[in-house]
Order: sequence, then structure tokens, then C-alpha cells
Amino acid sequence: MNQQEWPLWEVFIRSKQGLDHKHVGSLHAADAAMAVQNARDVYTRRLEGVSIWVVESKHIHASNPDEAAEFFDPAADKVYRHPTFYDVPDSIKHM
Amino acid sequence: MAPQDFSPAQMAAPSYPADVQPLVFQYVLQLADTSLILAHRLSEWCGHGPVLEQDLAMANIALDLLGEARSYYQYAAELEGRGRTEDDLAYLRSAVEYRNPLLVEQPNGDFAHTVLRQFLFDVFHYELLIELKAGPDAHLAAIAEKSLKEAAYHRKWSAEWIIRLGDGTAESRQRLEKAMRTLWRYAAELTTPTPLEQRLHAANLLPDYADIQAKVAAYVAHVLAEATLPVPTDAFAQPGGKAGRHSEHLGYLLAELQYMQRTYPNLTW
Repeated sequence: MNQQEWPLWEVFIRSKQGLDHKHVGSLHAADAAMAVQNARDVYTRRLEGVSIWVVESKHIHASNPDEAAEFFDPAADKVYRHPTFYDVPDSIKHM
Repeated sequence: MAPQDFSPAQMAAPSYPADVQPLVFQYVLQLADTSLILAHRLSEWCGHGPVLEQDLAMANIALDLLGEARSYYQYAAELEGRGRTEDDLAYLRSAVEYRNPLLVEQPNGDFAHTVLRQFLFDVFHYELLIELKAGPDAHLAAIAEKSLKEAAYHRKWSAEWIIRLGDGTAESRQRLEKAMRTLWRYAAELTTPTPLEQRLHAANLLPDYADIQAKVAAYVAHVLAEATLPVPTDAFAQPGGKAGRHSEHLGYLLAELQYMQRTYPNLTW
């Protein structure tokens, strides 16, 4: 019996045209074609999507949780980076 | 329960001559039995699949086939017009009354065996649905149109697995070859017309099975070539299921499938 595991893939689903693909989970598959098919069977059974992306998990490079403080905390007190100090004229809609 | 897409209220009542109606009823029942029995076999994998993803894939296919079977049973009950319901037809008939071809009642065996059984059925199922969709019976055409998309996916799934297993490892290939030696004899029954099917074809209600057979053979040959497997040359074919002559396997299957309704008549969820 072959105990080698199939590689892990991350699955991204676009729920409808015009929206972004969103990460929905992961699965195992031998190659990309099987990963797309498996994603269809595992993640789109309840009409969740119109498009599937898969990417092998090893190709995703993540930020290091140990560096979270230096990565993200400095942004916490920079409110001026949000464009909230402008008076928006009443005639401008959809801001 | 799933919504009943093809309930009698939504479709015009069928109007066949009195001598043809029972034949159409028998044929629709054959379609229903075929999908139900294969759905049940696939559902036996639920929780036992080789990997979670394929466990789900087989359960999905089972549910597609079960939905298709329900549509056929509902239509059959309507055609019969004797007050029997879809449940009566599925749960209260004996093995000799079932009309599914022998292929679909064959036990699951290993994964390669299940995949090959599915592939041989899917290729036929797909071609048949294309014909039924364009056929003269509006009710069957509506069921076929819905099921065709599902069947196209089933065929894609099983064909890819045939290629993966055939052109895979020494073990996967050997398992598929073993399945071929067991199951190939049941493939021909799908496209060999029974007297019932010949009469319906003569009445222009069914397509010519020879056309379907040619398309099936071409597709099977194409996939087996990709799988680097030879098309078996063994011409021995074992028919019988469509005439009600079943293997012993069907009795055991029905014992499990029908247990609830037989033990607790009229039980509902």
C-alpha cells in the first residue's frame, strides 16, 4: 500500500460573476486537473460558485505570525492613512 | 426531499394509445430501476471512499442518479395510472420485477472496479440522454435535459479515473485489468435492444441502439487508448437484467434498499 499522500491544494471560489475568488478551504489531489474536479465535488455542491481556482499550498508564501507585531501594529495609530478627513460634497454619491 | 421538478402538474399528461402506454411504462421503469440501483451501489461507498474527496464525488453522483430515478418513477407511476406512487415502485417490487441491466447491480469491488462499472454506464447513459432529450416524449425529454449535464460530469469523472488508473502504477493498472475481466461481459447489454426496446424503436419512440452503440464504442476506445489499455476482444456478453433475469447480487441489494418500507409499511421521514 502506497502511503504517500497527495499534495495539498488551496481552493478559491468565485460565487458569481463580477465578484472576487475567495478562499474556501483546501483538499488533497494528485495534480491540478484532479484538484479542480475535487474542488467542484467538495466545495460547489450547494451552488456556491461559477469559477474555481486551485493552487498548490506549497506555492503560497505566508507572513510569519511571530512577526505580526512589527508587520501590522505600526498601522494601528496612523489614522491619517484613512481618507476620512475630507468633507465630501453632498453631490458626490456612492463614497 | 428534493423538489419534484417534473411533477405531473407541471407537465402535460402523456397521451399514448392504450396498447403503447404499457410499453412506455415498462421502459421508463427500466430507466428508473437502472439509475436507482447504480445510485444505491455508489451510496454504499459513503464513508468508505479511498479519500474524502472521492467519497464525496461518488456520493454526489449517487444523489444525481437518485434524483433522476425519482423523476422516472414519478412519470412511470403516472403512465401506469393505477395509483401506485414512486415509492411503491421503488420499494415494493421484487427482484424479478426489476429491469435494470446486470452491470449496475454488480458489487462495488475495489475502487477500480467501481470506476470501470461507472465508466461503462456513464458512456452509454450520456449518449442515451442526448437521444431522449431530442425524442418525441416531452416528459422524458425534460428529464433527459436536466440529467444530461449531470451525466456529462459523471462521464468526465469516470473517464479521467480510467486514464489515471490504467496509465498509473503497476498496481492500479492491474486492478483495472482485473475489473475489466469481470465487468466487460455486462457492457453489451446496455446497447443490445430487448424485444420491448425493439417495439418502441419500431414505433419511433426510441432511438436506434446501433447508433448509440457506435458512439459508445468509439468513446470507450478513445479513453482506453489514453489509459494505454487494450479494448477487450472477448465477445462474450451476459445479458438478462433488462428482462428481469438478475444475478444473486440484486436480491441482497434490494433487501437493504427496501428494508424500511417492507418492515414498517408506509413509514415516512
